[in-house]
Amino acid sequence: MLSLLLTIFTGSVLTAWVSRFGRLYAAWAAGALALLGLLQLVPRAAAVFAGETLIERLAWMPISGLDLVFRLDGLGLLFALLILGIGLLVIVYARYYLSPRDCMGRFYAYLLLFMGAMLGIVLSENIIQLLIFWELTSLSSFLLISYWQYRADARQGARMALAITGAGGMALLGGFVLLGEIAGSYELSTILASGDVIRAHPHYLPMLVLVLLGAFTKSAQFPFHFWLPNAMSAPTPVSAYLHSATMVKAGVFLLARLFPALSGTPEWAWLVSGVGLTTFILGAFMALFQHDLKGLLAYSTISHLGLITVLFGIGTPLAAVAGVFHIINHAIFKASLFMAAGIIDHESGSRDMRCLNGLWKYMPHTALLAMVAAAAMAGVPLLNGFLSKEMFFAEAVSAGTHLQLGWLLPVLITIGGIFAVAYSFRFIHDVFFNGEPIDLPKTPHEPPRWMKVPVELLVALCLLVGILPSLTVEPILRIAAAGVLQTELPHFDLAIWHGVSPALLMSLAAALGGGLLYAMRSPLFALHEKYCGRLQGKLLFDGLLAGVFASAGSITRWLDTGSLQRLMLSFFIAVLVLGGSGYIGSGSPLAGSRELLELDAISLIAGLGLILAAVATVVLHRQRFVALVLIGAVGLVVSLIFVKFSAPDLALTQLSVEIVTIVLLLLALYFLPQRPARESSRPRVLRDVSIAALVGGGATLLTWAVLTRPYGSIAGYFLENAKPEGGGNNVVNVILVDFRGYDTLGEIAVLALAALGIFAMLEKLQLPGPETDEQGRRWNRDTHPAVMASLTRLLLPLALLVSIFILLRGHNLPGGGFIAGLITAVALIMQYLANGVTWTQSRLPANMHPVIGFGLLLAAATGLGSWLVGHPYLTSTFTYLDWPLVGKFEVASAMAFDVGVYLVVVGATLLILIHLGLMHSASHASPDPQGPR
Amino acid sequence: MMEALMALVIGVLTACGVYLTLRARTFPVVLGLTFLSYAVNLFLFTMGRLTIGRPPIIHWTAADYADPLPQALVLTAIVISFAMTAFVIMLSLKAREELGNDHVDGRDDA
Repeated sequence: MLSLLLTIFTGSVLTAWVSRFGRLYAAWAAGALALLGLLQLVPRAAAVFAGETLIERLAWMPISGLDLVFRLDGLGLLFALLILGIGLLVIVYARYYLSPRDCMGRFYAYLLLFMGAMLGIVLSENIIQLLIFWELTSLSSFLLISYWQYRADARQGARMALAITGAGGMALLGGFVLLGEIAGSYELSTILASGDVIRAHPHYLPMLVLVLLGAFTKSAQFPFHFWLPNAMSAPTPVSAYLHSATMVKAGVFLLARLFPALSGTPEWAWLVSGVGLTTFILGAFMALFQHDLKGLLAYSTISHLGLITVLFGIGTPLAAVAGVFHIINHAIFKASLFMAAGIIDHESGSRDMRCLNGLWKYMPHTALLAMVAAAAMAGVPLLNGFLSKEMFFAEAVSAGTHLQLGWLLPVLITIGGIFAVAYSFRFIHDVFFNGEPIDLPKTPHEPPRWMKVPVELLVALCLLVGILPSLTVEPILRIAAAGVLQTELPHFDLAIWHGVSPALLMSLAAALGGGLLYAMRSPLFALHEKYCGRLQGKLLFDGLLAGVFASAGSITRWLDTGSLQRLMLSFFIAVLVLGGSGYIGSGSPLAGSRELLELDAISLIAGLGLILAAVATVVLHRQRFVALVLIGAVGLVVSLIFVKFSAPDLALTQLSVEIVTIVLLLLALYFLPQRPARESSRPRVLRDVSIAALVGGGATLLTWAVLTRPYGSIAGYFLENAKPEGGGNNVVNVILVDFRGYDTLGEIAVLALAALGIFAMLEKLQLPGPETDEQGRRWNRDTHPAVMASLTRLLLPLALLVSIFILLRGHNLPGGGFIAGLITAVALIMQYLANGVTWTQSRLPANMHPVIGFGLLLAAATGLGSWLVGHPYLTSTFTYLDWPLVGKFEVASAMAFDVGVYLVVVGATLLILIHLGLMHSASHASPDPQGPR
Repeated sequence: MMEALMALVIGVLTACGVYLTLRARTFPVVLGLTFLSYAVNLFLFTMGRLTIGRPPIIHWTAADYADPLPQALVLTAIVISFAMTAFVIMLSLKAREELGNDHVDGRDDA
């Protein structure tokens, strides 16, 4: 079954491709693929007819317990046949329907995509997998409905269908998760067998409601029915396919599929048959008053889906059999009716039944076909619709006998039946008789021969099933119904004549009443126009949508006024509220029981120094240069803190980052306005100080609470395994390059991206440098100081040597790629500072992009290397080599990874600083307009 | 009482960061973000509690080690926060070019 799905899905791509060589190729390819799909079903059908359920399993993500599982039983086979069979006919039909302006490749590609998604739904064993295909049908039907993208109504109709079925899919996901958890498995075999457990579970009702929401939205049940008529702006072949055999049938398929697991409770009966009955009557009522040919068919589809839903809602085995039977019959006659409506539209240029009259004279052949199909829709004897409708009436009568006010059920259903006969009658009489056509854009004529063939085949089926049910439809109906019920089938008899029964009387009443109703149509239309003209779901939906957009917009505008300050303020207030609410009412003491460390004088002095420097930075922040020096001191003490508390790697990293950051800030400061900004107003300062104090106080309390509590750590694992598994003594470095190497890979990727982003921002940036400093002194234009220049040149090799040493020893002693990269960057930046950008640039080719790229590649490739030797991605392997003179030397694959980290850090840091430096020399080089003073 | 000092230091750094990020000009905001990254990095580091003189470097004489995991996390965090600071600085320069001023909201009136 996977091969079947793959045929259709790859076929979708193939079809789009072959259409480049000629429009008709796409149609041929699509037809051939659908046929190929049907042929793939044939060898499996025999086993299914013998009563087997075929399960095909493919391990997909075994770790997460996710398998691709397919299931082919009678129900699945019936639906697959409908999807592929009617799909094939639609493909043939659409080849004549689409005009030369329409892109055939796109149409058939979407159609096959949709076909594959539908097949996925009916063949899935896992319900989550089913849901994925379910959503795929929503998406691909969106593409199909909006096929004529230039038409606003097509776009709106498609959007509405997507919004409603998509929302339903969301509910369905919730329902499926609940269902899977209740049943203990997400596979249908288990779920269908554990109906009793499911029905007795306390979460049964919410689960049922969610699943039904999914089914009802898809099957256009009241009150979600209104998307279907609006989807009629699709090309007619799409309507014929989506609204007869597929899209809307997915909902009733779900009811049928989950029937043994969910049905049999009062909740099920009331919800499903209640909604179905409302939809059945409402749809039939609305259908009569549509003037658009396709609108009539759309509402009739809604009504028939309601009928099927009622049958599943009644919940007896016989009703379920009738439901399956009507699914088949409705698919056949509705597809042919849509196709006939498409032919009429195509050959006469109009779908308005007030203009289309008397077409019998112009297209007798099509008229005959359409009339037979419409009679099947009305439930005329000797046609397929009659049989299932009769079963429906009989079931309604027998269900009604068990209920209080049970007589109401057959009466309501007969009323629906009356409307059904009336609109079918209207379809026949208004279009093909009733005088002469009025102002048609074209003179109607018969369509091309092959455009009628699909309709002829379907109408022939209507007749065959209607006249010889036991020879044609019974075998497949039996296995499909067995697939629904999962037990022995009840006894049923598909005879045309059952004697005079209540059902027959209801049929007669419907036929007579329908004729009468149609005869009184003119005053009824006027009444409808007067009272119901405005009552449209679309308006409600559009209003709702506009309301949602408006409220979302106003919330956004309220939260985001375009002011960073305001946003930061609301952020910190939110932090205070959330953090504070955590403190309140927790009841646990602030301090824990951990033994505290002695405070020594040096630490106290350093700590107080840091606090002093930090506060001074804030107080003096308007004197930017001073603030920069002070914050440098803060950073220095932070690295001392790391030294003190046993984190040499962190100290080295912090120190080198500090240097680079300060250089960067200094360079940037040059381009920012010299004039100190105006001071904030007093109340504002007071407000910000108090917020800052509160947030800071919270941080202090939190840190205190953490530090005084004992804790358990997973550190033991890393400490024990760093040497035997990672081959390094420096546990921090081993974690970075081995245990958590994947994280590190992500982090250097972020670093590389930041550097590239900065490069992109700086590329076209031109800022004027200031002429003078704050006190009005001109910038010193001296050449770079000679002593510093020579010293740094001498220092460069030494600094590089140190960085390589740090890189190599990183696995065993403090150091590693990050630190070594920063040290190298600092060493090179020194050259820029002391000798000027131009001088250094001419000696050091400064294109850092390849360095970054190569570093990332090296790090990623090291990980691939461990795949080759059969380890998971980024697992380090190592060995010892004996180097002459040096001695025993360890070579670990993690080192190559660390070199990659090193290269990315060097590349990224230099890329940022060099480009900022180049901006400087550009601004310096500008000739002084005032001349030397 | 080393822990109290550490808690105080982290609190002060946070408070300074918060105050500066609420300013209206880009330069103090950059400084504020730097303060906040100091505070956050130190806070993450203290999740492994405070340990003196026992670096997590395997040695046969050592009896116990500091927790290496927060250290490894903070090491990359330091480098990433450098990249972020650099990005914000460049953003402020770009804003200065495009808007002609260094106000965080691009207004020159305040």
